[in-house]
Amino acid sequence: MTVFSGNTDPGADNTSNSITHILYIMKENPVTLIAFALFGFYVLSALFGQQLVPYDPLASDSENVLQPPSLQHWFGTDPLGRDVFSRVISATRLDLLIAVSAVAISFVVGSFLGSVAGYWGGKLDIILSRTLDTIMAFPIFVLAMGIVAALGNTVENIVYATAIINVPFYARLVRAEVNIRRNAGFVQSAKLSGNSDIRILALHIFPNTLPPMMVQISLNLGWAILNAAGLSFIGLGVRPPTPEWGIMVAEGANFIVSGEWWLAVFPGLWLMLAVFTFNLLGDGLRDMVDPRQRT
Amino acid sequence: MSPRLRAILLRLVQAIPVVIGVVVISFVLTRALPGDPAVYFAGAAADEESIAQIRTSMGLDKPLPIQFLQYVADLLQGDFGQSVYSGQPVAEDLANRLPASLELTLTALILSCAIAIPIGVLAAKNPGSFVDQLCRILVTAGVSLPTFFTGILLIYVFYYLLGLAPSPLGRLDFLYIEPDNVTGFYLIDALIAGDWETWFASLKQLILPAITLALFTLAPIARMTRAAMLSALSSDFIRTARAAGLSDHKVTYGYAFRNALLPIITTLGMVFSFSLGANVLVEKVFAWPGIGSYAVEALVVSDYAAVQGFVLAMALLFVTLNLVIDLTYSVIDPRIGFDTK
Repeated sequence: MTVFSGNTDPGADNTSNSITHILYIMKENPVTLIAFALFGFYVLSALFGQQLVPYDPLASDSENVLQPPSLQHWFGTDPLGRDVFSRVISATRLDLLIAVSAVAISFVVGSFLGSVAGYWGGKLDIILSRTLDTIMAFPIFVLAMGIVAALGNTVENIVYATAIINVPFYARLVRAEVNIRRNAGFVQSAKLSGNSDIRILALHIFPNTLPPMMVQISLNLGWAILNAAGLSFIGLGVRPPTPEWGIMVAEGANFIVSGEWWLAVFPGLWLMLAVFTFNLLGDGLRDMVDPRQRT
Repeated sequence: MSPRLRAILLRLVQAIPVVIGVVVISFVLTRALPGDPAVYFAGAAADEESIAQIRTSMGLDKPLPIQFLQYVADLLQGDFGQSVYSGQPVAEDLANRLPASLELTLTALILSCAIAIPIGVLAAKNPGSFVDQLCRILVTAGVSLPTFFTGILLIYVFYYLLGLAPSPLGRLDFLYIEPDNVTGFYLIDALIAGDWETWFASLKQLILPAITLALFTLAPIARMTRAAMLSALSSDFIRTARAAGLSDHKVTYGYAFRNALLPIITTLGMVFSFSLGANVLVEKVFAWPGIGSYAVEALVVSDYAAVQGFVLAMALLFVTLNLVIDLTYSVIDPRIGFDTK
């Protein structure tokens, strides 16, 4: 891992040194440790949750309708008698999948656009920056709504919409990071040794943008989960009876005024904790990457 | 022409390409509808002939650049299209519902500034203190809160458990009559009418959604206030001011805070953009009859003209707001010039 390579050419980096540094940060900041543990928990829920939950998340049971939390049903049951705990855990995979794919798309597209604009500059840079400014002129959640409404109401389009609204953040970050290094000493020496522009950009400059990008990705995953859950809360994308946190909170909202709190509270808490985890993780990664910005 | 006026004019000119870009994106979104818009607008029972008629009347048979010019011409006349769902022009619908959203958003922003800015200032003045820890927790927890979830929790606690809040349905309980429409803000209209009972009733409806939205906006404002105050307090001129024996109050509020205002105002603009999005969710939770819930209703019945009209209106509102913020910079800090970029 070349997490804290800073301004130097990667490769000259010392791996064991990095690991010592990460361990040091972990010991210094137990919150980051907790964040990593929670992150592990969510990843395991996403991978194996559907196999491990006690009930089928889609199976209704007309005899156990709207039961409050008990030993049999830890998070209670919904109006169709489905087990809320099983649904909350099974939903992890879909929610994380939407967020991860959206962030992956915006990472790839944003890195490409940002690298090109930052390295070559000129007209291309101006056009790209203006386009990104325009996208950022829309309130992001509202733009996501508009995109999903225009492309059609499906889960894939939720992913695309979330990806589009996040591209400007990546592109700007990469553009700035590439731009400050395009005439750095190591780039000039690479040029003199006869490397092509594309090779220099891809193998010498771009890896340097990865540490700040990791922080951005982690924070962004939190936003992406919130965004996707928000969209499905207003009825876009995921359809019932698919278990998904946003839609479960929306369904539970109708019962909150009559006191059946567990329907909305548990999926909401799980969603909140997921976002919280990614935010803490982002802060923790920032400490590892850039000690100056420590809060 | 004074340099100040020139700077302001220059900033106004800079906003033009962004507005053009916003209109282009919004045009693409309206034309990217799945399938044929003419078939969609003609309705389910339409035959070939009426579809062709609608296509001609909407100008969809013309090439795209002509369609775009037509779209811009319509927008310039304030025509945002026709809502299939309400049967009204979209612009009219939005104008009718905008005051409700603005009342909610502005109340929330005032509320969150009133809490977040003092917390941020106190946290920066006493690093490591109780307030500083509180600020840190607030900032991390605040950004993780899904607005729709906080809204539902607040309803459960204050409506169902404690019975303090009225039922979360709209701006005013059905027992009361809306105040005469002057500004569209119920709190102000009721004051003008001198009707304290209605004023209090609409305040009661407003308080929970406003708190929900305020909790969401608290974190970025507190974070930025703390950071801006920290950097202002550690600068040379503050050291000089202290060395010159100025009072602590004067140093903190007269010099440091005034210098920290600029980043805080920038954050406010960003926060406003977030809350325009969050508004949609909060309005849905509290059945608040603003433009956000209008867009959600329109989405449910696939009324795309209304949704895209809403998206465009929000973007234009946001661009205007950013313009106003940039212009206020020159009032707050006369050193700012716009031609640096």
